[in-house]
Amino acid sequence: MTVGSDQETIEVRDGVDRETVETVQGIGAYKYGWNTDIETDYAPMGVNEDIVRLISEKNGEPAWMTDWRLAAFARWREMDEPRWAMLNYPKIDYQAQYYYAKPKSMAVKPKSLDEVDPKLLATYEKLGIPLKEQMILAGVEGAEEAPAEGRRVAVDAVFDSVSLGTTFKAELAKAGVIFCSISEAIREHPDLVRKYLGSVVPQSDNFFATLNSAVFSDGSFVYIPPNTRCPMELSTYFRINAENTGQFERTLIIADKGSYVSYLEGCTAPKRDVAQLHAAVVEIVILEDAEVKYSTVQNWYPGDEEGRGGIYNFVTKRADCREARAKVMWTQVETGSAITWKYPSCILRGEASQGEFYSIAIANNRQQADTGTKMIHLGKNTRSRIVSKGISAGRAQNTYRGLVSMHPKAQNARNYTQCDSLLIGENCGAHTVPYIEVRNNSSRVEHEATTSKVDDDQLFYCRSRGIGEEAAVALVVNGFCREVLQALPMEFAMEAQSLVAISLEGSVG
Amino acid sequence: MAREGQAAAGRALAGPAAAEAALAAWPAPKAGFTAAARAEAEARLRVAGLPGRRDEYWRFTDPAPLLTPEPAASAPLRVDRPIFEGFDKLRLVFVDGVFDAAASDDPALAGVEIARLAEAGAADIHWARGLYGVLEAAGQSPVARPFAALNTARAADGLLIRVSGVAPRPLHISYRQSDPGSEAMLHHCIRLEPGAEMTLIETGTAAARANLVMEVDLGEGARLHHIRPQGRAHGRRVISHLFARLGAAARLKSFTLSMNGAFTRNEAVIDIAGDHAVAHVAGATLGDGADGRFVHDDTVFVSHGAVGCESRQVFKKVLKNGATGVFQGKILVRPGAQKTDGYQISQALLLDEDSQFLAKPELEIYADDVKCSHGSTTGAIDETALFYLRSRGVTRAQAVSLLVLSFLADAIAEIEDAALAAEVVARLEDWLARREA
Repeated sequence: MTVGSDQETIEVRDGVDRETVETVQGIGAYKYGWNTDIETDYAPMGVNEDIVRLISEKNGEPAWMTDWRLAAFARWREMDEPRWAMLNYPKIDYQAQYYYAKPKSMAVKPKSLDEVDPKLLATYEKLGIPLKEQMILAGVEGAEEAPAEGRRVAVDAVFDSVSLGTTFKAELAKAGVIFCSISEAIREHPDLVRKYLGSVVPQSDNFFATLNSAVFSDGSFVYIPPNTRCPMELSTYFRINAENTGQFERTLIIADKGSYVSYLEGCTAPKRDVAQLHAAVVEIVILEDAEVKYSTVQNWYPGDEEGRGGIYNFVTKRADCREARAKVMWTQVETGSAITWKYPSCILRGEASQGEFYSIAIANNRQQADTGTKMIHLGKNTRSRIVSKGISAGRAQNTYRGLVSMHPKAQNARNYTQCDSLLIGENCGAHTVPYIEVRNNSSRVEHEATTSKVDDDQLFYCRSRGIGEEAAVALVVNGFCREVLQALPMEFAMEAQSLVAISLEGSVG
Repeated sequence: MAREGQAAAGRALAGPAAAEAALAAWPAPKAGFTAAARAEAEARLRVAGLPGRRDEYWRFTDPAPLLTPEPAASAPLRVDRPIFEGFDKLRLVFVDGVFDAAASDDPALAGVEIARLAEAGAADIHWARGLYGVLEAAGQSPVARPFAALNTARAADGLLIRVSGVAPRPLHISYRQSDPGSEAMLHHCIRLEPGAEMTLIETGTAAARANLVMEVDLGEGARLHHIRPQGRAHGRRVISHLFARLGAAARLKSFTLSMNGAFTRNEAVIDIAGDHAVAHVAGATLGDGADGRFVHDDTVFVSHGAVGCESRQVFKKVLKNGATGVFQGKILVRPGAQKTDGYQISQALLLDEDSQFLAKPELEIYADDVKCSHGSTTGAIDETALFYLRSRGVTRAQAVSLLVLSFLADAIAEIEDAALAAEVVARLEDWLARREA
């Protein structure tokens, strides 16, 4: 029996009633697709030197910063957009979008979050992001009973091109932690910014990073002083609201000797028929014995079932374990975006430094993801671990692309890589493109990859226990992703787990 | 420093200009039924140009040794007893890339039709018309293989072999080198009709520098067992391409043994076109940079286009004294190629600090009901295993040899014939024993 709908015809297997199928089809998968109706100030459309100067001026930047941007822009004009990824998208017209959009109500910078336009604050409330210090992340089970101490999260809220504000600043300052928007950091802490900005991802690193260097409008800045454990988790929430506008944020995190910080990043955007560009850069500097955990739940609007709209997400993220025993852990849950081009990397320079990369990438409908990591082992006794879980459904294409490089001097280095792909349906694709370069013999590199479909026996077992097909698939997929979900901080793990299920809704038929 | 010099030479030589130079260097043979294929290959080569270090498909191996205008002389290696000497087989000999009838056996084998490209190529009508350059042309996508196109355009000699029954004896193509500066370009076409079976052995060094292409077309249920110990001359440079197309339930097993050789790039392009076909490609490599430069590159592309097929890639490399091993392997599962079982393993054993292994094991999968996996490991010899053997009174050198042989065992296991496999193992033992001293 077949059930027709305006989008797709689904073959119904025995035992699945029509109602179930219709319920499944009726679910709107993307829950953050609404937009906030506010007035926005735009810079003129397109990008040129004047726009670069304008962004710099709006942020009240010193001359060195303006020059830095202009140098990047000059380089960008000479560069070609990379085409090596397994991504198929129409040519991007870089002159047909806005590079700066700011809510009108932010024209005069509010002194504190209390003065911010209530409409903007409501946006974050609706998204479940706490901007009041007494609030806690929504959706965390049992959070009401638990003591508030343990679960506080400081948030930097970025709305289109500007940061609305940052919570818990005073309390963090007591610990010596600097957490503010990057535009504020350029004004207030120029020495730190000047020393570290571009030191991990140089101005002209790649096409998208170079564009970002020229036009980044805001982002977050974190400095953790020596021997300090950041008293709470830090988080940035990116929201694109304006139409035809690209978001270019830049994040710089510096973990000084012996410090620790856990940093969370989340993002969403409204549903629109026209694709929007997002090109971010994240730089992390980790000094001796310091540790940084960077967790992302990327849930940009993925486009509709036919591949209309969605965010084109071209992101450069890199951590430099600059000194001995520095440690970085990237965890990413990539469920959104029409196009994902993202390779969070670890430069393991310091002796015995460590890099870890845990990733879940889910592509459904017409989504395309080309994502992975680079582990560059330069120091002795460095360690890295890669666990990547890719899930493809609908007509999506999902590629793991990664590099493990052992330099001649990286003696006794170790890498373990596990890349698993899961295919749901016969029209999607799952690909693995690892590069392995071993230039000394005391290092050990192990790479494993598997591709399979959702196990019929496991599904059958769940179904025989009365679990619906959708729920059964979600259960199996959650099991498939478990290793990565466990690496996430608790607040994110809950969100990620439900996202995994939501992202796959409508993929079973 | 040497590497930089070569890279510079590679850049200078790469591209369309290099393709023109190569075409000019090789005279166009008198073409009969191959004329159209040669003209098309020439046109393809002019478009693609010859590769340089910047080409993604050559990122790990600098093709300069294949492009330098004057090849460095490579002395033919004297071998006391050629491999597979005592085996009952039909031997066909090429010396410096030219067929030597006097040194060859009478090419009469029941169910096997054998012709020389140099002779039959002038005819206008030939069964090989449907094969010559056809699989090579198909193999130019998704990546260009310009050296294979050059070969199709210019190869003057080679064998055209059609098998219609079960070959009673293995066919042995023996390459010999007499001139230290020789260059060879050979192109073989092999068709196994439905149900046919043959064992094909290729041995020896074709020339100081050789470009070898073999196109293999397997009909329904046909079986080809291919064993290729590559020549042992230290300075030889070779690029080889095996293009194979498998019909329903056909079976291909190809094993390559490489010891010595300054430069080797073996490409295998396997198109699994019929349901329930099986293709296994394997390689065992022993490289010692002390004999001169040693660069060994296995580049494999297996394309699954049918239901219920199996493919295996097993590549093992043992490297020492600055030897470089490269593996680029890809499994492509096309839409609809359900029930595919694809497996790939690439492993390197680095015996010292100077050697390196560079790998790119890829999966590209467009069907959901498949089982595909790959693995790649690199490391030094296991000190615990070494210690265990030493504690049993085995010398260090012997212990290393034992562990090297056990490391290579999975690749050697792809040789179906036990006697042939034993001979290969004996050769490996000899090679290791000489270096133990």
